[in-house]
Amino acid sequence: MNIPDWLEVVLRIVLVLGAFLVLPLLVGQTEHKAMAHMQSRLGPMYAGGFHGWAQLVADGVKFAQKEDIVPAAADRAVFKLAPAVALIPYLVVLVAIPVGPGLVGQELDAGLFFVLAVMAVGVLGALMAGWASANKFSLLGGLRTAAQLMAYELPFILAAASVAMAAGTLSLSGIVDAWEPWWLLWQLPGAVVFFIAGLAELQRPPFDMPVADSEIIFGAFTEYSGLRFALFLLAEYAGIVVLCALTTVLFLGGWHGPYDNELGWLWTLLKTMVLAFVVIWLRVSYPRLREDQLQRLAWQGLVPVALAQLALTGIVAVAR
Amino acid sequence: MRLPGTGLAKGLVVTMRTMTKRSVTDQYPDVKPELPPRSRGVIALVEENCTVCMLCARECPDWCIYIDSHKETIPAPEGGRERQRNVLDRFAIDFSLCMYCGICIEVCPFDALFWSPEFEYAEFDIRNMTHEKDRLRDWMATVPPPPAADPHADRPKELDAARKAGEKAGEKAVAPDQATGGQAAQDAPS
Repeated sequence: MNIPDWLEVVLRIVLVLGAFLVLPLLVGQTEHKAMAHMQSRLGPMYAGGFHGWAQLVADGVKFAQKEDIVPAAADRAVFKLAPAVALIPYLVVLVAIPVGPGLVGQELDAGLFFVLAVMAVGVLGALMAGWASANKFSLLGGLRTAAQLMAYELPFILAAASVAMAAGTLSLSGIVDAWEPWWLLWQLPGAVVFFIAGLAELQRPPFDMPVADSEIIFGAFTEYSGLRFALFLLAEYAGIVVLCALTTVLFLGGWHGPYDNELGWLWTLLKTMVLAFVVIWLRVSYPRLREDQLQRLAWQGLVPVALAQLALTGIVAVAR
Repeated sequence: MRLPGTGLAKGLVVTMRTMTKRSVTDQYPDVKPELPPRSRGVIALVEENCTVCMLCARECPDWCIYIDSHKETIPAPEGGRERQRNVLDRFAIDFSLCMYCGICIEVCPFDALFWSPEFEYAEFDIRNMTHEKDRLRDWMATVPPPPAADPHADRPKELDAARKAGEKAGEKAVAPDQATGGQAAQDAPS
């Protein structure tokens, strides 16, 4: 069957957009319910009738109805642009992440490089929001975001570099193709560093110092309301999806698994969702790290481990 | 030596274990809670038992009990004299002031007030929170029987007192002279 080029492009875009809209909501709903049950609660039970499945839809409707307020002293253009800057990079990243053999929005030769570069842009949204809000709490939140980005981008990229070295390619599909089960052990420290550093970049608990609500209200997002606030929240969950998908592709072998010829895409999604559950689990279990603990974990913990992993990868890759 | 990260793992185990257990949430409006019989929901009144002694109104810490009454004269029975009796006109509890301490119920000597576990009587107007005696009487239907005493608990004091009084009365009936004699002997020195 021959599909015309334009139709294929449209199809790919629609699929990626669909995944981008559905998966974060799925993660969000899982968080509602899993977190509730971990705290011996039920979570949403009414919206939609069956166990509150439509809670996030209802939330979305509520956000859309709210007034979109821009503070008088705010830098209007930057303030209004910030949510888009926070959200869109994750959509762009999703285009380049392979789900199954050949099942990818757009195959890129330097996919890993592209993905890491674009993901870092997402954090800029929080920085812009913090700067443009004309609010000292927002600014504090923005500065904390910046400090966190500085600290965790390095181990994040070092860990990713290690797996690229192991596979000998920057293409995400190439990395999955080169992956073998024993890499789980070989790249384990790198995988842990990558996942933790990614969590920190997403400002997820326990690394949510930039939005610490008991100290600085909601950090950079304090002044936002309505749809723009919803976009920031969506960006957080899209970020979880992207981080988990990326960890799956880089460290967990993507679509490798039984019957991966037919069910490869399912394996990728399954691994991604399991990791997303771990993200939620970590959030429920651990208290927020203090700013100095946060920095110490990055510089004294993750960076040395990532460097050691890089050295190990280098030695094994040469010896192989 | 403890392995590093043991505490972190324990934290994860706690949350995971909680998740596998049933949550403690009651789905309240759909499922009514099962309240113990002595729950402090609302105060019910048995009007006939009230003698307008005003103890409850005076002991109430926030003065939320309103009592009005008038005196009624009972015509003299043969060979007696006229007696007066209090008649209850109004008995109202303002539940917007009530703090559910239960002192009125404890203090009532004639068992006219009772706890009922019923609690769904919210109102849109605060004035409707004042329940007049008709409404307080209606709550009586919701008062559960008192729970059985714990095994090995002391017998209720009033039971023993009643038995003792009964025995005394019996002795009196058997030997009236002895009893009065003893009484006189005791009285004599004073």
